[in-house]
Amino acid sequence: MIVFVLKRLGLALLVAFAVSILSFMLVRLTGDVATAIAGEGARDEDIRLVRETYGLDRPMIVQYVDWLFGLMRGEFGTSYFFKSPVLDLVLDKLPVTLKLGLSSLAFALLVAVPLGVVAALKPNSWIDRLALGIAVLGQALPNFFFALLLVMLFSVTLRWLPVSGSGTPWHFVMPTIALGYYVAPAFMRLVRAGMIEVLGSDFIRTARAKGLPKRRVVLKHALRNALTPVVALTVVQLGYLLGGSVVIETIFALDGLGYLAYQSISHKDLPVMQVVVLILAVIYVLLTLAADIVNAWLDPRLRANL
Amino acid sequence: MRRWLGPLCLSAALAAAPVVLAPSNPALADKASNTIRFAYDQIPENIDPYFNNLRAGVIISQHVWDTLIYRDPVSGQYKGQLATAWRYLDDKTLELDLRTGVKFHDGTEFTAEDVVFTLTYASRPENKATTQANVSWIDRVEAVTPQKVRIHTKQPFPAAIDYLSGPLVIHPAKYYEKVGPKGMNEKPIGSGPFRVASHVVGKSLTLERNPDYFKDSPKPSAKIAKLEIRFIPDRQTQMAEVMAGGLDFIMNVPKDQAEQIGGVPGFQARSGETMRIAFLNINTLPDGPVEAFRDVRVRRALNHAINKDALTKELVGGGSRPLVTPCFPEQFGCTSEGATRYPYDPAKAKALLKEAGFGNGLSIDFYAYRERQQAEAIINDLRAVGITANLRFLQYAAMRDQGRANKVGLAFQTWGSNSVNDVSASTPVYFGGGADDVSRDPEIHGFLRTGDTSVDPEARKAAYKKALALIAERAYSVPLYTVPNHYVASAGLDFKVYPDETPRFWEMTWK
Repeated sequence: MIVFVLKRLGLALLVAFAVSILSFMLVRLTGDVATAIAGEGARDEDIRLVRETYGLDRPMIVQYVDWLFGLMRGEFGTSYFFKSPVLDLVLDKLPVTLKLGLSSLAFALLVAVPLGVVAALKPNSWIDRLALGIAVLGQALPNFFFALLLVMLFSVTLRWLPVSGSGTPWHFVMPTIALGYYVAPAFMRLVRAGMIEVLGSDFIRTARAKGLPKRRVVLKHALRNALTPVVALTVVQLGYLLGGSVVIETIFALDGLGYLAYQSISHKDLPVMQVVVLILAVIYVLLTLAADIVNAWLDPRLRANL
Repeated sequence: MRRWLGPLCLSAALAAAPVVLAPSNPALADKASNTIRFAYDQIPENIDPYFNNLRAGVIISQHVWDTLIYRDPVSGQYKGQLATAWRYLDDKTLELDLRTGVKFHDGTEFTAEDVVFTLTYASRPENKATTQANVSWIDRVEAVTPQKVRIHTKQPFPAAIDYLSGPLVIHPAKYYEKVGPKGMNEKPIGSGPFRVASHVVGKSLTLERNPDYFKDSPKPSAKIAKLEIRFIPDRQTQMAEVMAGGLDFIMNVPKDQAEQIGGVPGFQARSGETMRIAFLNINTLPDGPVEAFRDVRVRRALNHAINKDALTKELVGGGSRPLVTPCFPEQFGCTSEGATRYPYDPAKAKALLKEAGFGNGLSIDFYAYRERQQAEAIINDLRAVGITANLRFLQYAAMRDQGRANKVGLAFQTWGSNSVNDVSASTPVYFGGGADDVSRDPEIHGFLRTGDTSVDPEARKAAYKKALALIAERAYSVPLYTVPNHYVASAGLDFKVYPDETPRFWEMTWK
């Protein structure tokens, strides 16, 4: 088990390292950064000044190594745009994104699990079809489009909810639905498939034969077993939700990490872009690592496979 | 896909809006509290006007701070704001008499010391003011008496008056010295018609009427009590906020959406011409990518091929005007007098191309970074005369890099002159020998330099006129149109729009 954990940890570190290189290089491949920062009205002198100020005139590998060593010393750099430490900015925005991510996840589970169970109990019935329809719609609709539909309905037409901002819990309702709805189908299909499989297994037949009430068989015996893969998926989807919040936060003007990422992209704020990408990637890697370890602990067969 | 799905969705909702929205009046709430709620899509990194180059920053600066001189946007005349009178002592020395009895928001009195400190601080390169061009012409500033200052320029710089009435606001010296640009951003203090009640950095800014604003200012005291500015990055969201009654005023609305919501009860849409000009820039350099452009007949053919009037009227709309010369018509020194005109004439364009040896057609790359629809229309016009233009649609920075690397033959440029109402801020950028000049005509450089540096207004006008006539005659560009801005507001708000794209919230009222 220890060997397994160490191997996985090593792999996670490698992935994080690769992401750090990618996030560093990719943001620099989109044209001359100094020109973009200096803006439309800039003259050559302005651009040169920007390039020298930020050390963009050095070879890329030197810039990268410099940045990497900075990271190791805990120096995340200073935002070109906001002129404040990147770490402060990120820590300031992270809570909003976490709040949004967790509430979306809760929403997704609350919708997906009951629907998945009902669909599995009556496969190919109208309710199963309906659940499938919702799932297909959820996966087919881009989340920004769904978000705008929500705004049109709840803010413009009904005037129940505020359009944008993050001042009150009401501000989180539509972003939560828009983001959560997008990941719900994956859970629903997994619950449905798991339930159908479990419901057909021997121990369920035994439970039924014992004369246990149906509700108890479904909720206690079947669902518990069907939920195991859902736990693993939850962890991965949380990482996905954090990433998906870039679009949703921008639409709803929620002042979180995703919005910060959007701003840093539009202003070519390299230090912030790099750190946000890296942090999201590291969170994702850590969550996957945690999921792997939990799964391996639960299921010894997985340990042998690596 | 994101780019058009959003507008599509909103358009659908807008079509349904008259039915849904008619019963309620979104303006009522804020009419009662005498507040205007405004949103902008960009966040200034620092509200201190010397440390951002965004339009939102310009708007904020005009409300919270004052400049020495004020340019009346209607008459174009310069009026005294913090200064009462000014004169050139020689080519490079401008002397200004300062107003007495003006107080900053923190109660301190405005004096010459504030002018000296602010302009000296901003013009020192080591302080890294964002747009160096705004301040780099200042050599030094001295106080003669507490009510009189002299600004010494490095070279004769007649546009100084316009810069002093635009980006160069005056900070309270003692406070600015103590807190610097960072503190000025967190807790801004100026002398303008509004003072900052709260600033949540990166999110919102609340301004309230400055009750002690000096009576003689050319900017009248504010009528509204409060101005709330929020930063909302997504334009569709801004539009939804207006429709939901969460905002009273937005700008930069796409034309079609503005037109649709303009017809909905409870809302109004207005558009106005801006200082931004659109033109095609033609690379004629010996090592430029398109050899054909070195032939003046080909360049004239381009000018004859494009139906500027139809483009302006039908596609651009909103108060846009067709252009004859590459500058904003109201800018000092901009004129179309004596400039060769190229009326829309595809037959003539074809004939000119044939004469130049391109009777069988010509294929070129056409670079653009905005005005996509207009670019497509131009491509159609060019195709009609036998020029195949392949659209290369890039980000601004990327297009500029390519242009400066001499890889762009034909570019669809737009230029906003940084809202400076003087030709020295527009035409010379593309024809004065700088990095974006791709025709590099020494004769034109000479006239532009004379215009940029003489202090005699008539001599300046004459020099610019000659330069603009030569640019037109030699067809170095295809001047197209002025770019309009579209505004959407609650129906009850009374407002005017101006070419410098700065809403004047101090003169707005609720009906």
